[in-house]
Amino acid sequence: MAGGTLELRRISASKSPAPGIRQMPTVTKYIDTTTCIGCKACEVACQEWNDLPAETTVQIGTYQTLPDMTANFWNLIRFAEYENGGLHWLMRKDQCMHCEDPGCLKACPAPSAIVQYMNGIVDFQQDHCIGCGYCITGCPFNIPKFHNKTKKVYKCTLCVDRVAVGLEPACIKACPTGCLQFGTKSQMVQLAHHRVEQLKNQGYSQATVYDPPGVGGTNVITVLAYGDRPDAYGLPRNPTIPLAVRLWKDVLQWLGNLSIVGGLIIAALHYLRFGPKAVKEEAQAAESGDEI
Amino acid sequence: MDIPMTRRSFLKIGTIGGLTASTFGFDLKPAFAQVRTLKIARTTETRSICPYCSVSCGVILHTLGDRSKNVRPTVVHVEGDPDHPINQGSLCPKGVTLKENIVNDRRLTQVLYRAPGSDHWEAKSWEWAFDRIALLIKQTRDARLIEKDTRGRILNALTAVGVIGGCTDCTENNYLLVKAFRAGLGVIPLEQQARI
Repeated sequence: MAGGTLELRRISASKSPAPGIRQMPTVTKYIDTTTCIGCKACEVACQEWNDLPAETTVQIGTYQTLPDMTANFWNLIRFAEYENGGLHWLMRKDQCMHCEDPGCLKACPAPSAIVQYMNGIVDFQQDHCIGCGYCITGCPFNIPKFHNKTKKVYKCTLCVDRVAVGLEPACIKACPTGCLQFGTKSQMVQLAHHRVEQLKNQGYSQATVYDPPGVGGTNVITVLAYGDRPDAYGLPRNPTIPLAVRLWKDVLQWLGNLSIVGGLIIAALHYLRFGPKAVKEEAQAAESGDEI
Repeated sequence: MDIPMTRRSFLKIGTIGGLTASTFGFDLKPAFAQVRTLKIARTTETRSICPYCSVSCGVILHTLGDRSKNVRPTVVHVEGDPDHPINQGSLCPKGVTLKENIVNDRRLTQVLYRAPGSDHWEAKSWEWAFDRIALLIKQTRDARLIEKDTRGRILNALTAVGVIGGCTDCTENNYLLVKAFRAGLGVIPLEQQARI
């Protein structure tokens, strides 16, 4: 029961596996920034569940625990101040977004170091990680963090060990206000749109669901009251996999492969058409003459 | 079976085959990956109450082992009790850290006493502490019990001693607390954590 295996949808630096016959629902985390009170229970629950060491906090002039996530700290409540006809205090749970089309997985050159399970969770397999840090470049949300001692990269796992046995992630369970919810993607999207309707009725005309299509949608969806200003929450407006990573993985890699295979095919055709290289008799004579 | 294979043709086939395989990424890895072991899979679950504030959230303590006689249980994880009507599984950031409260080098495991005017703590036994508390309560009560009010009516009130109950005390504990201190000793200032 505990610690079984999960079927995979995508594997880094490998061909996608053939889909099996099983239908598995995509799991999704719902974050409502409008009902978050910034208590940080999710931060602590994450540290506790994942047995991560305590990180020395840094005072940056807000209530935020750290300036950014670290290899030992995967879940950070960001406190932002936004002025729009009055001061608005925005709190957002920042963590891996578990993209449908993950940039980290695309950029990763180590086979099996980053996997996407059938249920949509994107997970780093540290025993296969080579510590190159390409995933950090590939991520449009700046999530994966390099650990200097182990030389590996770490991030939120969406508590795949809990989800695999049918439990909810630790942060979801802890949240006292219920601004974090967990379920299938369709359920969470429905819930998010319901909440957005409520917000619009309350006067937040720009309220939206942050589920960016640039990365195929994310399995961590966020309700924003000021949806026209995702940057105020520290979110990119239209995140996509960086162009360099796409060029490298989608174009250059195949051009390289084509040149290798093309070269081989042409060499083989040449061999079939013209046969082995004929050594001219004079040259042969000269060679044998040299030897004597 | 005898396949004629010269060194040259072996190298040719091997090189071409290897290059083709690595180029097109024929990957025979299984399409499954091992997930981390659930650390609470076979732990013993014990229901309890968070000791911090008066909200009294329900918690589940996960301890190592299955209560066999040769196992010394250690708390490995604490999380909210989904069946508890108050918190329904959730916990605050302080309650989530309960494990650190239980398994902690700096946790007090014995009675420490600092004498009046002293600058250091001394380790004492529980028996010594009970006797001392009882003695001081007795002395204070003997000296300060108000038996009658100004008009001569019986009061038996003791206002020089205060009692504080904890938020995790159950109804029976609180009944005994009131019975012993208010009905028994006449203590008036009975407090409990919910009002602090």
